[in-house]
Amino acid sequence: MPILSPWYDFRDLGNAAARLADALRDIDAPEGVVYALVGLLGAVGVLLFVGLTTLVNIWVERRLIGRMQVRRGPNRLGPFGLLQPVADAIKLMQKEALTPRLADGLVFTLAPVVIFIPAILAFAVLPWGEKMVLADLNVGVLYLLALGSTNSLIVFMAGYASNNKYALLGAMRVIAMLISYEIPGVLSLLAVVAFTGTMSLSGIVDFQANYWSWLLFFQPLALVIFLLGSTVELNRSPADIAEAESEIIAGYHIEYSGMKWGLFYAVELVNSIAISAVIASLFLGGWWTFGLEEFVPGWLIFIGKIYACYFLLIWFRGTLPRFRVDQLMAFAWKFLLPMALVNILLVALEITVWEEFDLSAGAVLPVFAVVNFALAGALVAGWARVMAAQFERFPRRARLVPDIDVPLPAEGGGHAARAAV
Amino acid sequence: MVIGFWALAGLTVGAAAMIIVVRNLLHAVLFLILSFVGIAGVYITLSADFVAVVQVLVYAGAIAVLMIFAVMLTPLSARDNAENVLQLPALVLSGLVITGVTFVALETDWRLAGRGEFDSTAEAIGEALVSPFVLPFEIASVLLVAAMIGAIVLVRED
Repeated sequence: MPILSPWYDFRDLGNAAARLADALRDIDAPEGVVYALVGLLGAVGVLLFVGLTTLVNIWVERRLIGRMQVRRGPNRLGPFGLLQPVADAIKLMQKEALTPRLADGLVFTLAPVVIFIPAILAFAVLPWGEKMVLADLNVGVLYLLALGSTNSLIVFMAGYASNNKYALLGAMRVIAMLISYEIPGVLSLLAVVAFTGTMSLSGIVDFQANYWSWLLFFQPLALVIFLLGSTVELNRSPADIAEAESEIIAGYHIEYSGMKWGLFYAVELVNSIAISAVIASLFLGGWWTFGLEEFVPGWLIFIGKIYACYFLLIWFRGTLPRFRVDQLMAFAWKFLLPMALVNILLVALEITVWEEFDLSAGAVLPVFAVVNFALAGALVAGWARVMAAQFERFPRRARLVPDIDVPLPAEGGGHAARAAV
Repeated sequence: MVIGFWALAGLTVGAAAMIIVVRNLLHAVLFLILSFVGIAGVYITLSADFVAVVQVLVYAGAIAVLMIFAVMLTPLSARDNAENVLQLPALVLSGLVITGVTFVALETDWRLAGRGEFDSTAEAIGEALVSPFVLPFEIASVLLVAAMIGAIVLVRED
């Protein structure tokens, strides 16, 4: 797209902002005012998107999970229950937000407010179109990871300030989870950054547009690791050990009620959308889709991709049972971390081959794609089998007692049975 | 830029002061995190975007978690900033350090860099780590691996 498209070119709303900035400069407005106005415009746009999607997603998520679990979900209020989120919000605002007497008052109140800061800030670096990016940081990927790491601290604030042992348990679980899952997350994105050679999100999208392909095809392992890792950091089922209703009741937000609880609920949805958007722009090409963005506005494509990823997250939530705490930690350290390290080695090798032998992208990228996909499949399947081998002594299918090599927990057990044989 | 710098500096120093003033140890940790975030902001005003983000990731993310673990796993801390006999020596020592740092800062003939383009610093840092500073970098990684193995050995049961 040319730099000076007309302002009504709605394929990229960045055009309108650029024209507005030019118009302001024409009337000799100070540079600070131009900067502030255009920034404010972008921020309002992002906030509008976040607010609207959150309202819509409450309904989408409940309906979809209902459908997956053979229920109906909210269907009474308005057509298809569409007004349910509004009713929920009104109810939450009317409710009294209790503060326990022995709670740490200020921190207790601050936590649900502060938790929105990293969630909203994550949207600043997302490229919605070629020029439609609010803050094109050249450390964008790292910025997102940094925001994700602060999120868990705020959850800890909530859990600690509630002065409730279940809340504290949930908070400590969040901290343990953060330590474990930050590492595979960082390493998987490191592979992406090494492959594309840039840390800016729009740079990565440009890379994909430039080579006419999605990063999904070259980095399947990184996608799997990041998707699984971020599902856990989102604190959603199957990894919602921090709130686990059946174990620690509601974890860190057990003492929260009314709108304070509502903020935690909303921020979870905002974070899911943010993670979906990150996956969409890193691995699925963002606003770029094989030339389709010439006809359909890039930001609409991007929103479509966000919702595709979000559907995947809902699918996880609706169908998978919750992990135990130790299983979740073991999954990070014994499965995701080795996979991420192997992936980095692979990417480093490929980049070196690509640059040292000065090969053309057209010749080398298809080979990378095939090799990476084959290796990713083999690695995941093979490592899962190796990991599962040690659990084989708890048989999943019925077997004759003499075939099992270990003593059974029952009295006499396998030894007695074997002796009998 | 100047307003931003002073606001961030105020935030950082204020939060740092609150760390010693507040009674509750967990509050102290939270103020420490706030102070780390303030420092990250100062880095941004210095055009060091990479260092700023890493500051948040490592200090506000990882180091703060370490602190929280330390506080939560220390039963004797009783969740309070205790009084002890070292208050006066600590005051004197920190006073001396502040005086020394201020003196150096005021007396040094700083080379002032002009405000040029906002360069990407990540590449430069990466290049520096693997070419001129490769030996310290490798030594640090070996040290970290040794610490990790040590930690694993310490907690092994058999």
